[in-house]
Amino acid sequence: MITRRRLSAFALTFLVVVAAACGDDAVSERDKRVNATTTSTSTTTTVPPPIGRPSRIVSLSPTATETLFAIGAGDQVVAVDSYSTYPPEAPITDLSAYEPNVEAITSYDPDLVITDGTNQQLLDQLNTLGIATLAAPAPKTLTGAFEQMETLGASTGNIAQAAALVVDLEAQVKGILDAFPDREGTLTYYYELDPTFFTASSKTFIGAVLGLLGMENIADEVDNSKTAGYPQLTPEFIVQANPDVIVLADTKFSLQTLETVSARPGWSEIRAVVEGNILELDDDIASRWGPRIVELLQVVAKAVQDIEPIVDDSLSS
Amino acid sequence: MAGARRPLGVVMGAAVAVLIAAVVVGVVAGTAGLPPGRVLLEVVDRLTPGHLHSGLTERQQAIVWDLRMPRVVLAGLVGAMLSLAGASYQGVFRNPLVDPYLLGAAAGAGLGATVAIAYMRSARESWPIDPIVALGFLGAVAAVAVTYLVGTGAGARTSTSLVLAGVAVTSFATALQTYLQRQDDETRREVFSWILGRLNTATWGDVRLVAPYITVSVVVLLLHRRMLDVLRVGEDEADALGAGVAHIRLWVVGAATLGTAAAVSVSGLISFVGIIVPHTVRLLGGASYRRVLPLSLLGGAAFLIATDTFARTATGGDNIPIGVVTAFFGAPFFIVLMRTRAVAR
Repeated sequence: MITRRRLSAFALTFLVVVAAACGDDAVSERDKRVNATTTSTSTTTTVPPPIGRPSRIVSLSPTATETLFAIGAGDQVVAVDSYSTYPPEAPITDLSAYEPNVEAITSYDPDLVITDGTNQQLLDQLNTLGIATLAAPAPKTLTGAFEQMETLGASTGNIAQAAALVVDLEAQVKGILDAFPDREGTLTYYYELDPTFFTASSKTFIGAVLGLLGMENIADEVDNSKTAGYPQLTPEFIVQANPDVIVLADTKFSLQTLETVSARPGWSEIRAVVEGNILELDDDIASRWGPRIVELLQVVAKAVQDIEPIVDDSLSS
Repeated sequence: MAGARRPLGVVMGAAVAVLIAAVVVGVVAGTAGLPPGRVLLEVVDRLTPGHLHSGLTERQQAIVWDLRMPRVVLAGLVGAMLSLAGASYQGVFRNPLVDPYLLGAAAGAGLGATVAIAYMRSARESWPIDPIVALGFLGAVAAVAVTYLVGTGAGARTSTSLVLAGVAVTSFATALQTYLQRQDDETRREVFSWILGRLNTATWGDVRLVAPYITVSVVVLLLHRRMLDVLRVGEDEADALGAGVAHIRLWVVGAATLGTAAAVSVSGLISFVGIIVPHTVRLLGGASYRRVLPLSLLGGAAFLIATDTFARTATGGDNIPIGVVTAFFGAPFFIVLMRTRAVAR
């Protein structure tokens, strides 16, 4: 009897430990990222937004918040989520876009809730309550990002301003690309999302933007339907690929810098490290697809325009 | 059991051979596609005082010596430690379902690492060692210490109260960790990445950091292999024989915790190794702890080196989380072994 009781205690411990250790959530984490990138990039809405100008908008997407303020919808926004850190005048709250509390959202009495579309359940719940929603997921191209700005304009009664913003941004992009040197060969780059070498391939929005500068992403070779744009590279692969440029999108949260990357064992043989071609991006700007994406393009263009691609880089190097 | 009849020397020799094979394959295999002969020459050159020319470029040398080697060595240390700790726990608690995380080491390390990830980002620059590693280690040791104090207090004589205390501490630490990791998206991603194992960032620095703790732990545990055999007859019987069960338990749990905490702090939570390897070893080499402990040490090292080699090479340059690979290969292998052995018996 004692043995049996003890055994079930062991079994229980075992289950608890295994459950704690095997981390099912991490798998769904990847799935979530997959879904975020594979679901349609067009914006969707079930309960239609109010006709005319919604006046009590809640934005749970930092990107949408930036766009709303850029198209003159700022005074219609009553609350934004805790990560909507820009612009400074946005009415930031402790609403979580990550683990949304529907009751807390409704307390702002919104007539339109905008999200990045990753949480379908939230959209359904809000719709059930008769609250209009707009899902504005991460696009895959710059054009997709601009179209989303126009959609946000149309849904908030700021069509003209949104159109003007897009025209302006397009002109800026054209200016940046026109000024960018036309040259032979391509620069290869490694885009770092975190210090465990998660990266974004060309199949992501950020990859598409850097692709405009003719840069080639080293992760494209290993990216597949399972990694869905976000593989975790091995350091051996990165060093062997010998990228011309390293772009850091983990400077704020993980505090990576030119120095920390250069100090990594084995990395001193990478061209980007040898020549100091390491770009430190602002994590926030680099992870959003709002109007500031043009700033990002500008920063990268400026940083890489003087780096000469190595034409005919032999594969055996 | 069939394995028990084979001489220890033969079984040990086979285990050493398997480990050497795993190390060689681990060093030679990689997505960079370097010539195996040159890679081995390079390793020999680094390990011996003489001067050999491997013919590898500086970058290729860096790949072999700064990236592959520390990863193979760290995987070996961690695999050896988790398997040995698992086998020792199974002996001291006289229960086959036990793994090195039984008394809260994993949950404590997870909590420590999560605190470091969520709140101590800026300390990463100023601390001499990564706070994730430091707090992961301290968390594991602290959790087991609490379990031990609670579980052995009030004159408890059997290990049941200790195990139950472990359940409580594990649940509590896991609850706190889960609450803290909700902090934000980035924290959650890094915590998950840590939970599934992080051999992907292995360096010689990690190896130097954990090797002393693991060495001490291994020595103490191996010295207790005879005691664990005495315990197999029963706790009361062992006490009657003057073996001092409480005393043995304290030493074994203490040593296993020290080593497990060190392993987990640099590698994250690699599950399964601590259960599957000792049992495989038992089926192949016999149930005596004089065999199970050293064989678990060697087998665990070989198993984790092999699975990690797969994790970093199978899909080109994409790293598969090590915890996924150990379970994916370990479980079916173990089931097949269990069934064939059962039939043979």
